[in-house]
Amino acid sequence: MQLALLSGFVVAGFAPLLHRWFGARTPLVMALLPAFLAAWLMGLWPNVTSGETLLLEWAWVPGLDITLTFLIDGLSWLFAMLITVIGALVLIYSGEYLRGHRDLPSFLVVITAFMMSMLGLVLADNLVTLFVFWELTSLTSYLLIGFNHTDPDSRKAALQGLFVTAGGGLALMAGLVMLAMAGDSWSLYELVQRGEVLRDHALYTPMLICLLIGAFTKSAQFPFHFWLPNAMAAPTPVSAYLHSATMVKAGIYLLARLHPALGGTDGWVITLSLVGALTMVTGAFLAIHHTSIKKLLAYSTVMALGTLTMLLGVGTQKALIAFVAFLVGHSFYKGALFMVAGILDHETGTKDVTAMGGLRQVMPLTAVVAGLAALSLAGLPPLLGFVGKELMLAAVLEAVDWRPLLLALALVAAILTLAAAAIVALRPFFGRRQETPSTPHEPPRAMLAGPAVLAVLSLLFGLMPGLLDSLASVTVAGIALEGGEGGAAEVHLALWHGFNLPLLLTFVSLLLGLLVYRHWDTLRTWLARLDPLMKRGPEAGYDALMAGMVAFAYWQTRMLQNGYIRNYLVMTLLVLVGLVGHALFFRHAPEFDLVLSVYLHEAIVVGLMVAGGVSACVMRSRLAAVAAVGVMGFSIALTFVLFSAPDLAITQLLVETLTVILLVLVLFRLPHFATLSTPGERLRDLVVASLTGGLITLLMLSVLAGERLPRISDYMIANSQPLGHGHNIVNVILVDFRALDTLGEVFVLALAAIGVYAMMRFHASSQWTQPSPRKNDDD
Amino acid sequence: MTRTGTLILNVAARLLLPLQLLFSLFLLLRGHDEPGGGFIAGLVAAAAFTLYLFAHGRRAMSEMLKVSPRDLVGMGLLFGVLSTLPAWWNGEPFFTAQWWTIPVIDFKASTPLIFDIGVYLVVVGSVLMAITALVKTDQHDDES
Repeated sequence: MQLALLSGFVVAGFAPLLHRWFGARTPLVMALLPAFLAAWLMGLWPNVTSGETLLLEWAWVPGLDITLTFLIDGLSWLFAMLITVIGALVLIYSGEYLRGHRDLPSFLVVITAFMMSMLGLVLADNLVTLFVFWELTSLTSYLLIGFNHTDPDSRKAALQGLFVTAGGGLALMAGLVMLAMAGDSWSLYELVQRGEVLRDHALYTPMLICLLIGAFTKSAQFPFHFWLPNAMAAPTPVSAYLHSATMVKAGIYLLARLHPALGGTDGWVITLSLVGALTMVTGAFLAIHHTSIKKLLAYSTVMALGTLTMLLGVGTQKALIAFVAFLVGHSFYKGALFMVAGILDHETGTKDVTAMGGLRQVMPLTAVVAGLAALSLAGLPPLLGFVGKELMLAAVLEAVDWRPLLLALALVAAILTLAAAAIVALRPFFGRRQETPSTPHEPPRAMLAGPAVLAVLSLLFGLMPGLLDSLASVTVAGIALEGGEGGAAEVHLALWHGFNLPLLLTFVSLLLGLLVYRHWDTLRTWLARLDPLMKRGPEAGYDALMAGMVAFAYWQTRMLQNGYIRNYLVMTLLVLVGLVGHALFFRHAPEFDLVLSVYLHEAIVVGLMVAGGVSACVMRSRLAAVAAVGVMGFSIALTFVLFSAPDLAITQLLVETLTVILLVLVLFRLPHFATLSTPGERLRDLVVASLTGGLITLLMLSVLAGERLPRISDYMIANSQPLGHGHNIVNVILVDFRALDTLGEVFVLALAAIGVYAMMRFHASSQWTQPSPRKNDDD
Repeated sequence: MTRTGTLILNVAARLLLPLQLLFSLFLLLRGHDEPGGGFIAGLVAAAAFTLYLFAHGRRAMSEMLKVSPRDLVGMGLLFGVLSTLPAWWNGEPFFTAQWWTIPVIDFKASTPLIFDIGVYLVVVGSVLMAITALVKTDQHDDES
């Protein structure tokens, strides 16, 4: 199955080719991939709902304990299902939304790759694999957010999203490493069973902080929430996908996954509850501040993410059930609403809700879909959003810590969200018909299909929440604290819980929410006075940080990389001498016995080498200096021959030849030595050179003298033929034993060549002209 | 820099190029058992083309090479990465060497060989890229 997932990346690569074959229907064809994966997941339904945990094992890099094992239980099944189903709908939708767009093929490549990365993230069992997919989602979402790459705002938003999430990714990596160290395993499946050990470990607090930074940045929790609304610069299918079911839920997924391992402590409960509640209110408050429909929805997503985090913080069984119901509900209605927003934008030519009105008459179907989804967002019966919100309020009423504060914040958020839902559903469709930049009419079927399916699903699961019972049971059992109360209890979701406090709260929020909606326009002008304060929010901090980093980079580049290659060389050599010298003298005292038994021919070769080195230093002509260095190089090759290392000798000879050629090519372009170094500089160079040479000599002698460590070459010699099927040990090491290193080196070589090429091109195009000593009669 | 002229160099480069390329292939293929290997073979091939470049000029060398050195680098990297994949097919860890014997000529093909070919291409491409970049700029200077 891992192959099926990886094949998704291959399919992504073939998108341009498919586009040539199928033209505008390509998105429909591509949608078959997530549809197939969803069907496969559906086939696992009986296993998953019976509480089974499927581990599809596959070693990837066993030497480093990295596996491509997939872990499928309730939680990952749920996420994978949302990703594939909404992914298929979004692909169908994007075919219409981006019809005829020049960059449609590249869009398909990236969004499919993103989909696969996201799937890999939620299915990965290994921490390293999880991290790799996590970073892949950051990278692909960067490309998706910056899809309109000619627009500077769009590029800026994409970069901001990347910096925030990839920056958090660094913290996450540190956290994951600590997690693996503390739990002595890289497998999530094993780690979640070692909660006791992890929570008592000395690394618990730093580990928790790092993991939370990673999850909070990805899931746009306060104070990192600002990147998400800015990411609305992306085309709407991207927003519908990334910000309903996928990208931003990755952090939530991680938190839920780690809840049994790390949750339940004071640090976890308080941080998650408070950060979540704060994010929830901030999101809801900022949502009604905006008139752009996409921004409004983006902030309500921030609100939903805050709610989910808060529920994980509260962590009781009720809270976890609410978590599952709210998660599913939110993915459905938010995906639908984003797609409706895209339809409105597409049809009317504006994103501003205050500029729309009375669209109900021209787009009745869209109005119905929007209405259903918005009812779910508002948390009103009989939709799934209502089930989720009721459970959320009930869970908050039972919270152990900070109950009054959480309840107050949850109520405020509910009121404001209801107002936001009313704005989205009522404002564009009801009221007086307004003139819009383009004349709206009902969108094509393919565009309406996605939101309609999601809205109907919201309604279906709202009327029959029992359908989710078995899934919710196993998911809650999977993420509940081990030994916590009633982890394996049966879950019964219901629309109607009788007259109770949550229902009363819903009623109150309905009244107050409609009140807010009625006075929205006055409220907004009033809120506009807060603008100066808003400008000083976390985003200002981000901007200041970025500006500071650029200034620092500028400063240190001018300090360290001033363009004089001799300074680089001196710096590099001094660092080498410092580090190696420290290790040699302070950690292993150098000991050696100097035995001088030299043959005559060896002495001659060494003499040649020394002569070459000295003459290179004193020559006044560049060409002669190059020749002298060449003599030294060839003598070194000769040494290799004398000590029977033919491979090294051949390599050295060839490298030396080509180096001389390259140097000569460069030298022809330079003027004659204009100024020779001052005596002071020469002295400095002499000191550095002697230090380096002396140290390396000492190092060699002490390596030869005592065999402190076992020689690795013995293993290579013994196993070269049996394991590598080759007699040439050097080659077997290069292409078999150490092939990964070689692969890295080959990439470095390619990069260096590209660097040289780019640098020469840059010079060629600039006004850097130098009289060439020879005429070119190439042409 | 790319100066044509001396008859001996011209003729020698023309005659030596195929020999040097053959030799580089020889080094590449025997590298697993005897001194040789992709890196060395790549350097030999690069040197051969460089000699040809000095004798006949950049344009003639590009025509002889047929593909751009940049593409050689890309192809080499691709070969390198592709050679890691067959192990997956057999359910073995990433990069495990796979060996096949081609029956009629009794030639031992393997993923290390594919990898070595990748190294070979990258080395040839990188060296030629650097050298042609330097030579090209020279030419540009002459024109300006």
